[in-house]
Amino acid sequence: MFEVEDLSVVYPNGLQALKEVNISLSDIGICGIIGPNGGGKTTFIKGVLGLTPAKGKVTFRGIPIKKWAKKTAYVEQKRDLDLDFPISVLQCVLLGTYPALGFFKRPGKQEKKQAEKALEQVGLADLKNRQIGELSGGQFQRVLIARTIVQNADLIFLDEPFVGIDVKSEAIIIDLLKNLAEQGKNIFIVHHDLSKVRRYFKNVILINKTVIAYGTVKKTYTKENLKNTFEVLDNPLFS
Amino acid sequence: MIEALQTFINDLVEYPFLQHAFSTSIILGITCGMVGCFIILRGLALMSDAISHAVLPGVAISYILKISYFYGAVVFGILAALGISFVKHKSKIKTDSAIGIVFSAFLALGILLVTKIQSPINLNNILFGNVLTITTTDRILTEVVSGVVLLIIYLFFKELQLTTFDPVMAKASGFPVKLINYLLMIILTLITVVSLQTVGVILVVSLLITPAATAFLLTKKLSSMLWISALIGAISATIGLFFSVTYNLPSGVVIVLTATVIFLLVFFLNPKNGIFWNSTKRTKAHRFYQK
Repeated sequence: MFEVEDLSVVYPNGLQALKEVNISLSDIGICGIIGPNGGGKTTFIKGVLGLTPAKGKVTFRGIPIKKWAKKTAYVEQKRDLDLDFPISVLQCVLLGTYPALGFFKRPGKQEKKQAEKALEQVGLADLKNRQIGELSGGQFQRVLIARTIVQNADLIFLDEPFVGIDVKSEAIIIDLLKNLAEQGKNIFIVHHDLSKVRRYFKNVILINKTVIAYGTVKKTYTKENLKNTFEVLDNPLFS
Repeated sequence: MIEALQTFINDLVEYPFLQHAFSTSIILGITCGMVGCFIILRGLALMSDAISHAVLPGVAISYILKISYFYGAVVFGILAALGISFVKHKSKIKTDSAIGIVFSAFLALGILLVTKIQSPINLNNILFGNVLTITTTDRILTEVVSGVVLLIIYLFFKELQLTTFDPVMAKASGFPVKLINYLLMIILTLITVVSLQTVGVILVVSLLITPAATAFLLTKKLSSMLWISALIGAISATIGLFFSVTYNLPSGVVIVLTATVIFLLVFFLNPKNGIFWNSTKRTKAHRFYQK
């Protein structure tokens, strides 16, 4: 059970980015977070994870989400990462083992094996020694997914993982994510391509400054709810 | 030149003060080289510039209070770092402006104090460094601080790597990202303060940035970047000190210029992505396609 109670985020400049979000979801599987640009999708994730100052309460299986940190994987939008950073593909995947290692311990043979196996799963075993900037957008996104696999997290948050990547990478990633979901992992994906929602997600959360609707795709992903989410009342396009 | 080198080596064997200057410079070259890697990867080059300039009033006040300049300098270095993040977070002023405001203010205050209190502090030495006059206390201080800093980098390499590359993922997974940031700021301040004697306030930033930036051009691995940067720092210190002693030049200035020459060589000539090779590659490709 994933529960959000009265989550609000106010930016330092006084702008209310997210207002009193209340959600209670069980059997999450892969859950899409859908909404217009600037509607607060990323802010929602950041608020939930405590990455941005937020009011409210978030629990997973009855335990405050902060206690799940080691079992939480977050992949931000890939454009936020420095692709010139001196790190190889394999090392980048190894970062996923760090949270479980604790202080003073370095990744050893076992961790390396895990990382190599994850790279095989995403189809990039050949490229393990490349510097991350030498990959295509899709390949790099797959590396980040491999890092998530290695982290063996129960809660996985992905911010726009399918933006600017090739069809093959997208197919590999969604297959792996579906696999992880079957293993009982809980995956949240910020997503804006409405055409694939039914194929990709079991649940959706529709957000525009607050939660408009949430629940299974079947029940929640309706024309009515979409209209409420994307309609801007004073926008002449919609009147 | 060979004669000068022989004299230098003879002097080095003969005079303990020269040995001390030599070992101190090399230790600092190594430590600054390693710390600098994290500084440039985090985009904190300007921040280190600010902290180095900001320690000056601390040096003057330490003299007034008759305590070791180390304490005053450290306090003011940390004050500057805090001041900058305060201005940045509490207003819409951007980081570079915040840095500009704080560091010029601190530097001005420092110069005012040093000139007005008629201290025996030699402003020239503080600004540009003179490692040859380093005292035993300062030398030991440098060694201890460098040792501690290197130990911290060794112990927390994993955390430093992760929080530098992907601080958001690190924070989401429970790493104390803020604490590590502060730790790095403190390291930066400490290393700046002990570098005062060797390269001076104005130039310490170069010892932090230039070897690291050179190493950044040469490698794809963070650990190799640290080692290469440390090596370049040590080489710059050695060659710099040689010229400083032989031609009676301020040590900091020559060390920094040596590091810069190494940077330029790598920038233009390194086989992987040097400007020179890239342009020849382009010309070759161009000719190929013209055919």
